[in-house]
Amino acid sequence: MTTEVAIVGIGMHEFGRTEGVSGMDQGVIAVRRACADAGLSWEDMQFAFGGSMAAGAADTMVSLLGLTGLQFINVANGCATGGSALFSAYNTIRSGVFDLGIAIGFDKHERGAFRVNTKGSGLGDWYGASGLALTTQFFGMKINRYMHEYGITPSTLAKVSSKAFRNGSLNPMAWRRKPISEEEVANSPMLSYPLTQYMFCNPGEGGVALILCRADKAHLYTDKPVYLRAAAVRSRRFGSFEVLAPSIALEHNAGPTVDASKAAFEMAGIGPDDIDLAQLQDTEAGAEVMHMAENGFCEHGEQEWMIQAGETEIGGKFPVNTDGGCLANGEPIGASGLRQVFENVLQLRGDAGARQVPNNPKVAYTHVYGAPGISGVTILSR
Amino acid sequence: MARVPVTEGVFTWPSDKPALIGSRCVKCGNHMFPVQSGCPKCTGDATETVELGRRGTLWTWTVQGFPPKAPPYAGDADPKTFKAFGVGYVELPGELKIETRLTEADPEKLKIGMEMEMVIIPLCTDENGNEVVTFAFAPVA
Repeated sequence: MTTEVAIVGIGMHEFGRTEGVSGMDQGVIAVRRACADAGLSWEDMQFAFGGSMAAGAADTMVSLLGLTGLQFINVANGCATGGSALFSAYNTIRSGVFDLGIAIGFDKHERGAFRVNTKGSGLGDWYGASGLALTTQFFGMKINRYMHEYGITPSTLAKVSSKAFRNGSLNPMAWRRKPISEEEVANSPMLSYPLTQYMFCNPGEGGVALILCRADKAHLYTDKPVYLRAAAVRSRRFGSFEVLAPSIALEHNAGPTVDASKAAFEMAGIGPDDIDLAQLQDTEAGAEVMHMAENGFCEHGEQEWMIQAGETEIGGKFPVNTDGGCLANGEPIGASGLRQVFENVLQLRGDAGARQVPNNPKVAYTHVYGAPGISGVTILSR
Repeated sequence: MARVPVTEGVFTWPSDKPALIGSRCVKCGNHMFPVQSGCPKCTGDATETVELGRRGTLWTWTVQGFPPKAPPYAGDADPKTFKAFGVGYVELPGELKIETRLTEADPEKLKIGMEMEMVIIPLCTDENGNEVVTFAFAPVA
């Protein structure tokens, strides 16, 4: 008999650029805000899982938060670092080891496209030297092939970005809070064909912390518990098309997102039709489009009319990236997956303010994807 | 001035018909690039080194429109003189798809499915004055 798990406290440090505040400090601020949200203090935490990609070892933050002797485990799992911290916290409670703990993700990246550590990624020096070690190229190539196969148009990509910035303008924690029209998106500099500058998110800064506890104790800390129904992380299989790959197989595999999504739906015992809103990895506009289908929310190619018809807007049938996604929030790798969960908790509590999804959403979905071919999915419900 | 490869063991050089150097799984025949010792398809642990085909078709492509960070990039990363370059995956029949620079950077001239052939292109000049070269694929005229 496994224990059900609830999220009872959420905290975030604003995403974007915060001069003079380290990534670690942004994580600490997120932790304090999550504690305040749950009416708890750091000494109440029985365990922590935390990670960042570029802002230091998470466990060292105990010297700022208090040396309480808790079990603190660092998580480093590429773009699924935050998702993996949450997965670990979830299962720690489910298994009955601890009753209450925290998942933490934070980061602070230099400006511009990610500088890829080719050696750390198992790639030869020739790869970067030759001009191939850019994650942006993968995104351009994947969506270019996808548009060729399924008839997605450049106008749909521009619509995705424009929606992200419009939603971001309603989110006080977002980095980009100025609406940008489809025309401006389409006419911004072409970075990696067919993707323009405003179709890409930027590496950024931010921190998120989530406090989890046994569901039967959730009422002690909150009037609006949100239950974690599933958390799954999957890596790539042979034949999938992933970022930073000098070669790929002739045969095609659908990739880790499809596997993680199926596993999560199976854990939760529900299907895509039961989801009221979703936060889907939108490293760039094309990713949001492709991930709608990879996560099972439509058939390949259907995104074209769905997006053109406004179905993924906050007031639409299936709202996607209600907080502005990576496009408006930037991507601090360690924190990004947890930001999605933070937003879904707000939405399910009915506390999302100007960007609240109408009609009392009950079930929400998150999906993170990234290097080196890894996906993490969660399903939350009221 | 000599023409030296960006690294040894990635393509045959010097050669009139340079080819990429990959691996083939002894057990299942799966092709890999660059050379590696184990097979991701069948988990086999024995591979042999092979020269890959020099011609294929363009599977997908993009254009690198901004200067990559240098390092790791060894080519011209100066925003004032940087020239956009094509990047794609070329499908080598019966083998695998190779990620590669393309000699063509004009979106109007790049088409999925077009015939491509491997060539060697200059990348930069090293500290000894040698021309450093890397591989690319060019549209077959």
